[in-house]
Amino acid sequence: MNVTADVKVMKTAAESALAQTFAQARARLPGGGAIAARRQAAFDVFASEGLPHRRVEDWKYTDLRALMRDAKPLASPPDAKAKAKAKHAGALIGDIDARRLVFVDGAFVPELSDLAALEEGLEISSLADALSEPTALLDAHLGKLAPLADVAVALNTALMGDGAVIRVSTGSTIERPLHLVFTSSEEPAASFVRSLVVVEPSARVMLIESHDGPAGSDYQKNAALELFVGDKAHVDHVKIIGEGDGALHVSTLAAAIGAHARFNTFTFTSGGAIVRNQLFLNFDGEETVAHIGGASVLRARQHADTTLVANHVARGCQSREVFKSVLDDEAHGVFQGRIVVKPGAQQTDAKMMTRALLLSDRAEADNKPELEIFADDVQCGHGATAGALDEELKFYLMARGIPAAEAEALLIQAFLGEAVEGIEHAGLREALMDQVAAWLKARG
Amino acid sequence: MPLLEIKNLHAGIEGKEILRGLNLTVNAVEVHAIMGPNGSGKSTLAYVLAGKAGYEPTAGEVLFNGKNIFEMAPDERAAEGLFLAFQYPLEIPGVATMTFLRTALNAQLKKRGQPELSTPEFLKRVREVAKKLDIDPDMLRRGVNVGFSGGEKKRNEILQMALLEPKLAVLDETDSGLDIDALKIVSEGVNRLRSPERSFIVITHYQRLLNYIVPDVVHVLSKGRIVKTGGKELALELEARGYAEYQQEEAAA
Repeated sequence: MNVTADVKVMKTAAESALAQTFAQARARLPGGGAIAARRQAAFDVFASEGLPHRRVEDWKYTDLRALMRDAKPLASPPDAKAKAKAKHAGALIGDIDARRLVFVDGAFVPELSDLAALEEGLEISSLADALSEPTALLDAHLGKLAPLADVAVALNTALMGDGAVIRVSTGSTIERPLHLVFTSSEEPAASFVRSLVVVEPSARVMLIESHDGPAGSDYQKNAALELFVGDKAHVDHVKIIGEGDGALHVSTLAAAIGAHARFNTFTFTSGGAIVRNQLFLNFDGEETVAHIGGASVLRARQHADTTLVANHVARGCQSREVFKSVLDDEAHGVFQGRIVVKPGAQQTDAKMMTRALLLSDRAEADNKPELEIFADDVQCGHGATAGALDEELKFYLMARGIPAAEAEALLIQAFLGEAVEGIEHAGLREALMDQVAAWLKARG
Repeated sequence: MPLLEIKNLHAGIEGKEILRGLNLTVNAVEVHAIMGPNGSGKSTLAYVLAGKAGYEPTAGEVLFNGKNIFEMAPDERAAEGLFLAFQYPLEIPGVATMTFLRTALNAQLKKRGQPELSTPEFLKRVREVAKKLDIDPDMLRRGVNVGFSGGEKKRNEILQMALLEPKLAVLDETDSGLDIDALKIVSEGVNRLRSPERSFIVITHYQRLLNYIVPDVVHVLSKGRIVKTGGKELALELEARGYAEYQQEEAAA
């Protein structure tokens, strides 16, 4: 393979830089022959497609080719200073007790992580280690869910450096949530993290991902998680995107959910300059119940795009999708949600609701809900609204003595509360509502 | 000094004048009833007093405790002691009634420079008031007015009034949509709050409510002006004869 040939087709500075990054890094990225070949295949997808742009329907509202002025070099391993700072990373989840696994600039830092006294049935390793000495678990699962056709996933696969590999064995209940802390140092660099979580049948676990980093730095993060939810398993997944205000964050959740399972995923977005949150969910087993939700609070010129594909393959699953965003200043919120019901997915019950609250005339909300139904006995629906705060409600509150700013705050909290309700963990619900309160306070 | 002085008030909505030179003086302790046909400006008066957006005055003056209320935002008027019981209380999903009540009460106390209530103090107060109004405390955990019947919503308005202890309460058609039992509960709630420190303006279309909340003064509002003022017997007279003569008088004038 001639790398310079690839570079030639690249049109923008960022595309060229990514090609160079790959050319320079591929020899030292973890993983042997088979993994290297997989990286190359993934890179080839990027090389032929380039960065996604507005004419790619799935990326219509988030034109990375235009938005990415450059591509940062791969982050170097974190130094002592970066590690010291990372001790306080992940504070977004409040004071709830969780097992911390800390990644600084995409690299696993064991000395900041809590690997002591792992519960029975819980196995944790770093992706870098797993790639160097592939296990049966890795071979059977890595790359099976994340769609390479998506350029963000392709880049993640080509350049994946580290991440978490977690297995929860059949029938194990892990009481203490696992908290994957992805933090960035002051160095404006790029990191590509890839995690794999396999929850075997009848097991139970809660997984929290938090993403943070320094303000004023234009670091770039591409994080992907492949998640296998076994039959009768119960998995709660919460992602908190609280990146620094200059960050570019692209993350992907690709999940396959078995039969009679319970699956809840929720994304809270408050940080980052440009955020793209992708969810590719496959309901492969029957009679599963899923809550898929999100809440965003955006201000200034923040741009956050949630793109969801819920693919119902098996019969009798129920999915509820509730996404809410609060947009102030010139913020731009995007929601693209597609529910697909395959011919075999009779008795699917899927309802998607997305609501945007615009606090400023210059804020923008784009909603694109889609239903693709190939079965005839289903209940599916979607609704989308976008609007300003209800002045009548605000007046009612003010007429009782509540000042304007406080009245607005109450209404905004109520608006988001409906989405946050979907999270089962009470402590985490509280922590997120505290984040909302802090956001409102900063609004003044 | 009167508690409320409305002088030559002109106001409307969307450029349409509805109040056309309204004058009214309410002193401490007094209960005034304002009666009038539909479209006479009753609810407009209530909204202008409370400060609803879009109901700005075009002329005249309203002094409350000697202060010009048009210089105050709705929350400032509330903290000053003005309360409007809404004709159609709104539902606010996601805002628990308890949170709403505590935020309102403490905001008013704060604005008046008084100490805010602690949670236990507040809960004790709410429970006392709710009991008197026959409101199940469980309802207060729900969103404001969410899933409440019409009668429950009106009782919730009176609960707010009892808790906030205003100097002047304006009841905007509080009787509308109430059956006789609910009407009695609401009226008893109001009567219990009558005190030397509190005045009321009871806005109603029907005399029925005034059997339970007996006013000191009755005004007839027609086409944006008070056209007649009398004692409580005026309400009975209106009940017997209707508003037709006032509307005709106005038309002839």
